[in-house]
Amino acid sequence: MFPVYDVIVVGAGHAGCEAAHAAAKMGSKVLLCTMNMNTIAQMSCNPAMGGVAKGQIVREIDALGGMSGIISDKSMIQFRMLNRSKGPAMWSPRSQNDRMKFAEEWRLALEQTPNVDFWQEMISGLLIKDNRAVGVKTGIGVEIQSKSVVLTNGTFLNGIIHIGEKQFGGGRTGESAAKGITEQLVKLGFEAGRMKTGTPPRVDGRSLDYTKMEVQHGDENPEKFSYSDETTTLKEQRNCWITYTNKEVHNSLEKGFDRSPMFNGRIQGLGPRYCPSIEDKINRFSERDRHQIFVEPEGWKTVEMYINGFSTSLPEDVQYEAMRKIPGFENAKMFRPGYAIEYDFFPPTQLKLSLETHLIENLFFAGQINGTTGYEEAASQGLMAGINASRKVQEQDPFLLKRSDAYIGVLIDDLINKGTEEPYRMFTSRAEFRLLLRQDNADLRLTQMGHEMGLADDRRLEKMLDKKSDTAKLINDLKQKKLSPDLVNEGLEGFDTATIKEKITVEKLLKRPQIGLAEVMNLDADIKLYLSKYSKVVLEQAEIQIKYDSYIDKEQQMVEKMNNMENYRIPVHFDYLAITALSAEGKQKLNKIKPETMGQASRISGVTPADLSILTVYLGR
Amino acid sequence: MSFSLHEKEDTIVALATPQGVGAIAVIRLSGKDAIKITNSVFKGKDLEKQASHTIHFGTIRDGDKIIDEVLVSVFVAPKSFTKENVVEISTHGSSFIVNQVIKLLIRHGARPAKPGEFTQRAFLHGQFDLAQAEAVADLIHSDSETSHQAAMNQMRGGFSSEIQKLRNELIHFASMIELELDFGEEDVEFANRNDLKVLVEKLLLAVELLVASFDLGNVIKNGVPTVIAGKPNAGKSTLLNALLNEEKAIVSEIAGTTRDFIEDEINIGGVIFRFIDTAGLRETTDMIEAIGVSRTQEKMKTASLILYLFDLTDTDMVEINRDINRLENQGVPFVKVANKIDKASAEFVSELKAKYPDTIFISAGQKENLEVLKSRILELVNLDKFRTGNTIVTNIRHYDSLVKTRQSLLDVLEGLDRQITNDFLAMDIRRSLHYLGEITGEITTDDLLTNIFSKFCIGK
Repeated sequence: MFPVYDVIVVGAGHAGCEAAHAAAKMGSKVLLCTMNMNTIAQMSCNPAMGGVAKGQIVREIDALGGMSGIISDKSMIQFRMLNRSKGPAMWSPRSQNDRMKFAEEWRLALEQTPNVDFWQEMISGLLIKDNRAVGVKTGIGVEIQSKSVVLTNGTFLNGIIHIGEKQFGGGRTGESAAKGITEQLVKLGFEAGRMKTGTPPRVDGRSLDYTKMEVQHGDENPEKFSYSDETTTLKEQRNCWITYTNKEVHNSLEKGFDRSPMFNGRIQGLGPRYCPSIEDKINRFSERDRHQIFVEPEGWKTVEMYINGFSTSLPEDVQYEAMRKIPGFENAKMFRPGYAIEYDFFPPTQLKLSLETHLIENLFFAGQINGTTGYEEAASQGLMAGINASRKVQEQDPFLLKRSDAYIGVLIDDLINKGTEEPYRMFTSRAEFRLLLRQDNADLRLTQMGHEMGLADDRRLEKMLDKKSDTAKLINDLKQKKLSPDLVNEGLEGFDTATIKEKITVEKLLKRPQIGLAEVMNLDADIKLYLSKYSKVVLEQAEIQIKYDSYIDKEQQMVEKMNNMENYRIPVHFDYLAITALSAEGKQKLNKIKPETMGQASRISGVTPADLSILTVYLGR
Repeated sequence: MSFSLHEKEDTIVALATPQGVGAIAVIRLSGKDAIKITNSVFKGKDLEKQASHTIHFGTIRDGDKIIDEVLVSVFVAPKSFTKENVVEISTHGSSFIVNQVIKLLIRHGARPAKPGEFTQRAFLHGQFDLAQAEAVADLIHSDSETSHQAAMNQMRGGFSSEIQKLRNELIHFASMIELELDFGEEDVEFANRNDLKVLVEKLLLAVELLVASFDLGNVIKNGVPTVIAGKPNAGKSTLLNALLNEEKAIVSEIAGTTRDFIEDEINIGGVIFRFIDTAGLRETTDMIEAIGVSRTQEKMKTASLILYLFDLTDTDMVEINRDINRLENQGVPFVKVANKIDKASAEFVSELKAKYPDTIFISAGQKENLEVLKSRILELVNLDKFRTGNTIVTNIRHYDSLVKTRQSLLDVLEGLDRQITNDFLAMDIRRSLHYLGEITGEITTDDLLTNIFSKFCIGK
């Protein structure tokens, strides 16, 4: 009934979809297995993509030739560029999305991707031969052969949903949990753990009073995620609203604390500190008398609203009563209560940088199974796992991104070397080179690589190369073009910056904080004419590169310094256990993770600076 | 430096006390077989059956021949300096005996230790962190009380804890900045720029103090560079010899490979004074006369202290005024020392006392008033604060990292003034954290996030 597939992907969430798409694009024969074909690419939590650090990841996925950017654009109902007031490295695209459209667009995209087959059923086990993954076994006992397997099970592995004192098995509300895989992997020697996450209630938008809330509009000039021409920016947008909890809400919630699975010990998994439930916020920060609530529409037309900031696993009656004390929610009707979910994950220190497991060859993990949280984090791992499963089958070297290449590189390097105790989310502060890893240059950083792998198409590459050469030409011109005092001094005064005494190049002028290319256009008509030849993207890129070049240079130097450590290779079969001098924890961690370089060793948690000095002594430096 | 695994498990042996003749000498062994090897040449109790931290009397024998009567101290791993088995053999202080014993131990399986190898082993076995290991090296090379105290302080972690404090404050500062970057959308209050500036200035002051302490630290380690200046026959050699003889403590002659002159070190009140170019001094080169000569002038400038010595029987006020004027222009602290008080005219002395009341009158030849001179010298270098246990940076690597930390913090301060956005500020702060990390170990972004999550309610 089935051919022998190159890659079988188990799970069709953000990670699974990217994995299946990437592997198929690179010429692998792919089977995508899901428990329900109607829930492909669900946004299980909030109907939004991107945000600080996450928006950069979506841009990176897109630059490599992944789909998340395009799907987000096609289903977008609002766009905002966050952190505009800060430097360009902090600018972060974020969208609100139509949940149903998002899922539909993904499904259509996969259906139109040659080489992707589908199978709807729970996968209950892996076929393993000589420590190598060779297929999967389904719930009804069908065996499907393949050369590699990518597991992207999300919250489904032994998922348990908690609402107050009720608990029941499930991977999402209304969907059953997956059994069998964890048990098999543990038997094979894998270490498994439990994590917890949660989601807020959904309500009927018609029952809310928006006059009591602040409206939050999208950007006046919305942008988009994808660098490609396949998508366009929004002409029309939907609003979100902001409101706040108060003492009354908190008191009401506290009444249910004795029935909270969080506080009575029923939930054992560790939840994320940065995405706490409302009961957690009240409990830990009791001095605060209000917390922010975002009311986000679930789509263009639906009346369903997502109550961001009100994630909870308190009993539904407590949720309902407390919610109605929020300004604007006095008459709110609830569609679905919030809940917490516990699920199995596998500490990612059991993986190689390619996301292949150390224990079983040709078996790859991506997404929440690795202890991460977030659509973007999952999608990027799925992309990398799909790429590397495909390359492994095609007997090519793994495709790895360095910490200085991309947030995706930071993410995977952190997971593999440090593991994670709580659901791992990306922050810009995790990246040591965040001035280089900007949303405006993900294509310049990555598209060439994506093209070489056969993932990003020729059009993407050409577009990137044009942007690159236009930017270089523009910067060069701006270094030559000079402005004279009589022409621009009046304008400069208007911009609240010092006048000039002699001619000055546009490049020099752009270094001033008050002056951007928009200001330069207003200073001189000739310059305006000249600049209008260039696209907005090129103008922005040139401005950023000129304005921040000294900082970018400084960071570039740090990259080179780090690369010294990265290039300092540790022999593959180095025997850490033989070095009595190493700390007990350092020895154990080094032996488990087997870092390829001193740089990687230095980032392993539990490996101390003293351990590193000892290693350097042994390795002969 | 590279060692094979095998080399690191050898038993090493070396003389632990200074070369030369003393009442006793201590030979130290460290390694798995330290006790076994010693036992094989020792006649007395069976050392391999003795408890740790015990001392045993016996003889060291080469076959039937007794080399020496000794005391053997046994330290069983891991309760020793190196965390290996350690044996210390106290022999009589003859270099002949010492050499015989060491040769014998080598014949029985020990290997001569390389310089610093005992400390290296202690470090490799986790006895110290890097800063502490460096302090041990300093301790071994310290030859004065203050230098010893600075090293001891560092070894006990005084320096590390100071840096730790600094590190925590920097992390706090960095997380204030990161908070606004990663959580700008959150409903939390962000630090205002004035508060941030106050915080950076506070940090900067702490780093400045540590950086400044390096100069003091350097003095402690290497001695106060001192010059005796004066006309020929003013008694410079006599004074130097008087000071040398007075102090029974360390007097050494170091013939530096890169230096073409000889130095003498004198320990006064626990502080080392290093007399520059005393070779020239002994040839009675007149440094005051030659003050225009650049080489001499350079010497004077590198000195931290000048002893201006003049002969009361062979000078006049005009000459003294001129010399003092020149010295004042040099900007180096100096002591006016009037020599040959025993032969001077009372009239001239009282004239001088009136004009320069801080002159010290001595007789180098008669060793008269040398104590007063010494206490003045100590007063002038004002090293009292060194002995109060304040943290002092003595290691060039630490100094270097602190200077870079300081520069990054100055960049942060400048950035705050120029109103640059937090992402660029953060970059300079990260650099300062990185440099500080070079001393005690890396600071990870986890540290920053943990700090943020513990202080602020984050998350929707």
